[in-house]
Amino acid sequence: MLEIKNLHAKSEDKDILRGINLQVNVGEVHAIMGPNGSGKSTLAHVLAGREDYEVTQGEILYNGQNLLEMNIEQRAAAGLFLAYQYPIEIPGVSNKYFLKAAMNAVRKQHGQPLIDTTSFLKLLKENMQLLGMDKSMMERSVNEGFSGGEKKRNEILQMAMLQPKLAVLDETDSGLDIDALRIVADGVNTLRGPDRAIIVVTHYQRLLDYIVPDQVHVLAEGRIVRSGDRTLALELEDKGYGFLETHSAAASAAAV
Amino acid sequence: MIATETDAYQDAYQRLNDARGDTFPVWLRELSERALNQFTTLGIPTTRDEDWRFTNIAPFAARTYKIAESAEIPASRIESLVNDAILDEQFHRLVFINGRYAAQWSYLHELPNGVIAESVAQSILTHPQSIESRVGQHFDCENSAFIALNTAFVEDGANIVVPDDMIVDRPFHLIFLSVTDEPAVSHPRNLISIGKNSRATLIESFRGLEGASYFTNAVTEVELHESAHFDHHKLQHEQLNALHLATTQVDQQAGSHFSSHYFSFGGDLSRNELNCMLNGERAQCTLNGLYMPVGDQHMDCRTRIDHARAHCKSFEIYKGILDGRSKGVFNGKIYVHQDAQKTDAKQSNQALLLSDDAIVDTKPQLEIYADDVRCTHGATVGELDEQAIYYLRSRGIPADQARTMLIFAFANDVVRGVEVLAVRQHLETILLAEHGLDNV
Repeated sequence: MLEIKNLHAKSEDKDILRGINLQVNVGEVHAIMGPNGSGKSTLAHVLAGREDYEVTQGEILYNGQNLLEMNIEQRAAAGLFLAYQYPIEIPGVSNKYFLKAAMNAVRKQHGQPLIDTTSFLKLLKENMQLLGMDKSMMERSVNEGFSGGEKKRNEILQMAMLQPKLAVLDETDSGLDIDALRIVADGVNTLRGPDRAIIVVTHYQRLLDYIVPDQVHVLAEGRIVRSGDRTLALELEDKGYGFLETHSAAASAAAV
Repeated sequence: MIATETDAYQDAYQRLNDARGDTFPVWLRELSERALNQFTTLGIPTTRDEDWRFTNIAPFAARTYKIAESAEIPASRIESLVNDAILDEQFHRLVFINGRYAAQWSYLHELPNGVIAESVAQSILTHPQSIESRVGQHFDCENSAFIALNTAFVEDGANIVVPDDMIVDRPFHLIFLSVTDEPAVSHPRNLISIGKNSRATLIESFRGLEGASYFTNAVTEVELHESAHFDHHKLQHEQLNALHLATTQVDQQAGSHFSSHYFSFGGDLSRNELNCMLNGERAQCTLNGLYMPVGDQHMDCRTRIDHARAHCKSFEIYKGILDGRSKGVFNGKIYVHQDAQKTDAKQSNQALLLSDDAIVDTKPQLEIYADDVRCTHGATVGELDEQAIYYLRSRGIPADQARTMLIFAFANDVVRGVEVLAVRQHLETILLAEHGLDNV
């Protein structure tokens, strides 16, 4: 589904990604972990197409297509979804209007008929109940004045409505209490299935107790320095990212 | 001071005055004569005049405009202009073509007892005493060349009178159409009086024949008696060759509520002055405005709120969305008189620049002579939020649509304050549907 080959990216002359290689197959859940500043969020935004980052080398294939040649909205229409670490507030645009516009924009790009209001509202109600969201949040402006937890739930709601093929969750666990974490994780697990893939970007192991990954990758200084199964996450929790530095230093030394 | 530039108006005045019949009241003839002299003395303002610093009116106003005659335009074209302007058939409709009341395009539903809704020309002809105390009563004609000019050429407009203790449900819709094939000027003069405890709603629409070049110089005088409620809307859709100047003067007695919703889309150069005199305790006004110049349009919005008595409130939000090489001017004065203790005044002015070449000059002015007041004001100028555009696009919404949504969101603060459904839908259509977005 997703194949990243030797990906290099920079922002304002600062190299952030320095040769990422990653393959995610359909049906899989991958976790990307790493210390602050390792490039986790950059990778997530490069996938979504944020224009602040410049890809200087490498390629990304998404279902066989060259992802880097697609603009932001084409990627979204092709089923790529990024749940933001810091969702953006949009004063004056109601959450309901935004969601319907997004669903219809995707349908339009696929030449599908637009969703009618009744079906839309029914689907919205179901998903909101599932995420324990209050009805009033629909009439409020997108993320405006939402608490940290409400914003994260709102991201998962958008994901549930848009039903992406590849979901990238950027630090979705940050700022969530344990109850909210469970609800959000349930929302993500509902989406899990044989025709989808999920990439969970996180600093802490905690979320992976709820969203159990098939593979775990550790990112440091813009490269994936280790990959393994979920026990790698537990090991990191146990030993901290410090253990990794000595390990990767040894690995680089060995490479020389 | 610029005598030559006002000569054309002198000649036109003589012709108009000769045409005024014997029935034209003496007091109005005198008022009009004085106003013409005042206009001549003041001359057309220049940018050296502080009130006109940002708006160079001289090249426009010095053009030669004829007093608009009833143009020889096929009725079918007028009909389509009227149809474009109609917002809701349920409204009382008074149509003015080139400043003159056009009965055949107007339609008044049954009016509650004692309510007057007729043309000023009709009032002058049949019962001039009913307007004698109301023309120019609340103005300081001394300082405004264009109010003086309007008064000199006073001829027609809408005369609306709602007696005490009466609610008029149907809005009055005044439609001003400029239909001319040569540069022409009209000076509509509207007189509105809302009685004690009464309520009424008014909409003024300004439009013109496509491609027409003209000058609209409108004045609306509003008096609100004790505890009257009045909602005023103005939809400025003039043609792109038009010069549009307008002044609305509101005198508010104790406990009255006035709300103004001003929307400016058309005209080459437009300037709207709105002055509210809070002349009785606990009077309240809400002034909302949205101006959206594109291309080379110039839009000037001026408001002045006089807190003359204690315990009055005023709320003001003006927003500008500027594209192309357009220019916007906002000047909002709040003047708190010495006796106006416990004044509560809030003013906010925001501008969104969509292009690098658009310019906005914004000047909030607070003058406070009372010591126990709460006055706040804020002004911001910004661009569309790129982060928000990215967020919307990352949900599949194309870039153009994302921008339109954000523009609408910015404007919506002002639009959603409009309580008359047909007016709000009209605005939503302009802001959304014309860009291919649906309403929710």
